[in-house]
Amino acid sequence: MMWAGEQLHQFKDHHREARVFAVRAAISLLMVVALFGVLLARYYRLQVTDHEVYATRSDRNRIHVRPIPPNRGLIYDAQGQLLADNRPTFTLSVVSERTSNLEQTLDHLADLIEVSERDRENFLKRLRQRRRPFEAVPLRYRLTEEEISRIAVNEFELEGVEIEAQLTRAYPKGALFAHTVGYVGRINERELSSFDQATYERYSGTHSIGKIGLERYYESELLGQVGSENIETNAHGRVLRTLEFTDPQPGKDLYLFLDSRLQQVAVDQLDGRRGSVVAIDVKTGGVLAMVSAPAYDPNLFVNGISYKDYRALNESRDLPLFNRSIQGQYPPGSTIKPMLGLGGLEAGVVDFDTHISDPGYYQLENDERFYRDWKKGGHGRRVDLRQAIVESCDTFFYDMAFRMGVDSMHPFGDKFGLGERTRLDIPSERPGLWPSREWKERVRGLHWFPGDSLNISIGQGDVLTTPLQLAVMTSTIASRGTHLRPRLVKQLGNQVTEREVVDQIEVQSQYWDYVHSAMEGVVHSARGTAHRISRGIGYKMAGKSGTAQVVGIAQDEEYDADKLDERQWDHALFIGFAPVEDPQIAIAIIVENGEHGSSAAGPIAREVFDTYFATQAEDNAKP
Amino acid sequence: MKLSQDFVRQLPDSRHHFGRQQGLWQRLHVDPILLLILLALTCFGLVVLYSASGQSESMVKRQFVFFSIAYCVMFVVAQLDMQMVRRWSPWLYVGGIILLVLVILIGVGAKGAQRWISLGVVRFQPSEAMKIAVPVMTAAYFSRRSLPPKFTDIVVSMIIIILPAVLIFMQPDLGTAILIAASGIIVVFMAGLPWRYIFGSLAMICISIWPMWHWVMKDYQKQRVLTLLDPEADRLGAGWNIIQSKTAIGSGGLHGKGLFNGTQSQLDFLPESHTDFIIAVMAEELGLIGVIFLLSLYLLLIARGLYIAWTSQNTFNRLLAGSITLTFFVYVFVNIGMVAGMLPVVGVPLPLVSLGGTSIVTLMTSFGLLMAIATEKKKVVA
Repeated sequence: MMWAGEQLHQFKDHHREARVFAVRAAISLLMVVALFGVLLARYYRLQVTDHEVYATRSDRNRIHVRPIPPNRGLIYDAQGQLLADNRPTFTLSVVSERTSNLEQTLDHLADLIEVSERDRENFLKRLRQRRRPFEAVPLRYRLTEEEISRIAVNEFELEGVEIEAQLTRAYPKGALFAHTVGYVGRINERELSSFDQATYERYSGTHSIGKIGLERYYESELLGQVGSENIETNAHGRVLRTLEFTDPQPGKDLYLFLDSRLQQVAVDQLDGRRGSVVAIDVKTGGVLAMVSAPAYDPNLFVNGISYKDYRALNESRDLPLFNRSIQGQYPPGSTIKPMLGLGGLEAGVVDFDTHISDPGYYQLENDERFYRDWKKGGHGRRVDLRQAIVESCDTFFYDMAFRMGVDSMHPFGDKFGLGERTRLDIPSERPGLWPSREWKERVRGLHWFPGDSLNISIGQGDVLTTPLQLAVMTSTIASRGTHLRPRLVKQLGNQVTEREVVDQIEVQSQYWDYVHSAMEGVVHSARGTAHRISRGIGYKMAGKSGTAQVVGIAQDEEYDADKLDERQWDHALFIGFAPVEDPQIAIAIIVENGEHGSSAAGPIAREVFDTYFATQAEDNAKP
Repeated sequence: MKLSQDFVRQLPDSRHHFGRQQGLWQRLHVDPILLLILLALTCFGLVVLYSASGQSESMVKRQFVFFSIAYCVMFVVAQLDMQMVRRWSPWLYVGGIILLVLVILIGVGAKGAQRWISLGVVRFQPSEAMKIAVPVMTAAYFSRRSLPPKFTDIVVSMIIIILPAVLIFMQPDLGTAILIAASGIIVVFMAGLPWRYIFGSLAMICISIWPMWHWVMKDYQKQRVLTLLDPEADRLGAGWNIIQSKTAIGSGGLHGKGLFNGTQSQLDFLPESHTDFIIAVMAEELGLIGVIFLLSLYLLLIARGLYIAWTSQNTFNRLLAGSITLTFFVYVFVNIGMVAGMLPVVGVPLPLVSLGGTSIVTLMTSFGLLMAIATEKKKVVA
C-alpha cells in the first residue's frame, strides 16, 4: 500500500517538528514526574499518615477474638446436693459470614438432621440481633450422637457449620426448687439491648442468663468472667493459630441453707394442695425450706420453652409459675395475734391479769355492727391474753385493738417486718400490706375508723402478708426480738454470707416468756387450737393457727363451706417454732382454701419439724 | 511496491562511552540501559509474585517462561527495520480491526466478556495486538503529514484511534479501550496537537459527563465509579477489593511487614493478589520503601524511553517511541492508582510484575520496538 502524499515529506520542516516534539516530550516528562508525585503522596498518606488505622484494620481482619464462656457457678443445698448443674450438650451453630449461600446450607442441614421451622425462625431472628461478625449463631441445641456423626461425615460440604460442646444448665431436682433456684434461659432481645458495652462483652459466648430466682439474683456472681483467645484466621475463616489465650474465671458456687429433705417433706405434706411452706433457721435467718405449690420443671426453660408448654403453665388456674412464698399476699388471720399480744403487753394496754367476758361478738359504742368471734357463743367469761392466743379468741383482740389504737399497733408490727419486703436474696418479692392511718388517707382517701383497727387485730381487713413475712415474724418472736434478714445463700464461692440484723426489738423478757408459753399452749394444751398435732411429739413446739377469709361474709350471713366453690374456701394458716426452750426453726404455712389452719396447715409444720430434728441428729451423728 | 529510498549515510559514532561494547550492542540492536532496567524490574517482579502467590513455585516458573518468551520476542522485534514497520503498519492495523469484529461475532467469553479468539490450543486476544497496532498506525500516519497537524489530519487520526477503541469497548472491555485510545492520543499530542484542541476537548469531556452517565455507561461501570467514590458503602461487594487493598497498603507502613509476611495477602483477604492487585502485596510486605523503589525503576524506564524518543532521527520513530513510553506510564499509573483507590477499578495489570502471559509479551514487543528505534537512530535522514 502506498501512502498518499508521499512527496509531502520534502516540504516537512524537520527542525520545527523536532522542536515541537522536544517541547511536548519535556511537558510529558514533567507530567509523568508530577503524577508519580501524586501516587507517592497517596501511598505516603496510606502508609505513613494513616498507617495506624489500616494496621488496626488488617489485624481486625485476621485476628478474631473468640470468647471462651466461663462455667456457671453450681448451686448446692445444705448437704451439698446439686440443685443446679452444668451438663455438656452439643450445639450446632452456623457462621453466616463463612457460608457462600446461607439458605442452601440451612436446607442441606435440614436434610441431615431435624431442623424445625421454629429452629429456623429463631436462628434467623438471632442472626438479626446485635452480634459480632464471624460469631457462630446457634441453630439446633442438644444434638444426638447420631446427628453429630451425620454432620461430621458431611463436614466437607458444610461451610461455616460448627458443632460445639456447651455446658447447659440442668436442674437435677426438677420442680422441687423451681421457685427458689429459678432457672436460666436464652438471652433475649430486650436483655441484650439493655446491656452496656462491658456487660455485652462479658456475655460474649454465653447464651443463657438467670431469669428468676437465685439464678437471676446472683447472676453476676454465678456468671464468672469470660475468657478469650485471639485466633488468626484467613479470609475464609479457617483458624490458623492461637495468638493469645486468657482463661475464663468460672462463676462462684452457691451453697444454700435450703435442705432437700425438708423441702421434700414440705412438698409431700402439701400433697397436691396449693400453698406455701417457709421454714427459717431462727439463729441465722437462713431459709431452710421454701415451697410454693404447685411448681413446674425449670429444665423446660433452659433452651427456650415451647409455646405450648408455656401456655399450659401460664394459663393454669393453679398458677404454677406464681411464687406464693414471696408473691402470694394473704390475710394472715389469727397468726398475727401473738405478735399483737406482745405489742399490747409492751404498750401497757393489757397485762397478765387483763381479761374480758366474751359473748361471741364485740360491739363498738354507737355502732350497730357486730364484730363476730369465730366461735359462736364465745370463749367464756374470763378470757385473758394467754387463753385468747391458745384458743384464738377474736373478741379479746377486738377489745385490745380498740384500746391500743392503730398508731401504737402499726409501728410495733413494723418492727417485725410487716408491710415491707424482707429483702430475701431472690427477686420479685412483694411487700404485703400493714395498714396505718397515714396509708389509708393517702391511698383510700378515708379516715381511719376504730373498726379498721379491730379488723387488723385478727389479721383481716386490709392486712396482707406473704408466707415469707409470716415466717420472718415467727422467727423474730422465737428469737425474742432479733429480726433477721432472711437469706437463701449460706456461702457464695468461699465467702460465708453475713447474718444481718434488721431490728432488735426491745420487749420485756417476761412478756416473751408469756407469749412463748401461750403459743406452746396452742400445740400442747388440751384447749389449744392445734393440740392434735402434738400427739407423739418428742420436743416442745409453739404455734398459732389462723384462717383467712377469701370472700367477705355479709353481717347477717353464715360462712358455709358447702355452699361455696372450693376456691372460695378460707385459707388455712399456721405459724410455729421449736423447740420452745431454745428455738431453732420457725415456720409459716399457708394452704389455699384449706379451711382450718389447725387441721390443714398445722400437721405440715409438725412433719417438717420432725424431719428437721431427725436430720439434725443424723448429721450430728456423722463423723 | 517500489520503495523511494531516502539518501542515508552513516555518521561516525559520536559517543564512545561504551567503546567497543557500544558497537556490540549496536549490532545486536539492544539498548543496554533499557535492558538493564527491564531485567531489574523482571527480577523484582518475580520475587513479589512469588510472595503474592503464596510462595507458589509453579506460578513463578510459569511467569519465568512467559518472560523468557517475551524477551525472545523483544529481541526479534528489535531487529526490525522501522521503515518497514512503518510501511506495513496499515496491514497490521486493518488485520487487527478485522479480528476485533470477528471476536464480537464468534468470540469466546471469559467472565462474561468476549475478548478471545480460540485458535485450537492458543487463545488469542486481538485487543492485545491493537495495543501495538494503534500507536504504530497513528505514528505512521503523522509521519506522512506535515506537522503540526491540521484539523483534517486530527479528524483522520481520531478515526484511526476511535474505531478500534469502540470495537474493544463493545466486547465490553472499557479499561483496554481507554488505554488503547490513550496510546493513540499520546501520538497526536506528541505530533503537536494544538493546545486549543486539548483544552477544548477537556472542556467537552467535562460537559459530556452527565449524558455519558445517563445514556452510555452500563450499570456495572456506574457501579465501579460509585464504588470508587465510596468503597466503604459496599463492604462485601464491589468495594471489598478496594477496602482490602487499601488495608494491605496502609498496614505495610514505611518498612513493610517483611517479604512473605503480609497478612492481607498471605491470608487471602486480598483478592486478585497475584494479578491486578499485586502492588498491594508489595506495599504491604515491603512498605513505602518498596513502593518508592518500584516507582523509581518505572521512572528510569520512562526516562530512558523518552530519551530514546528524543534522540531518534525521524518523526515516525519519535512519535512511536514517545507513545510506547507514555502508554507504559499510563498503565503503571492507572494500576497503582486503582489499587490505592484513586481511580476506578479497570482490569489493568501492573506492567512486568502481575502474572500474565499475553500482556507481558505485548509489553516486551513494544520495548523491542523501542530498542529497534534506539539502535536505528544513527541513520540520519538528510
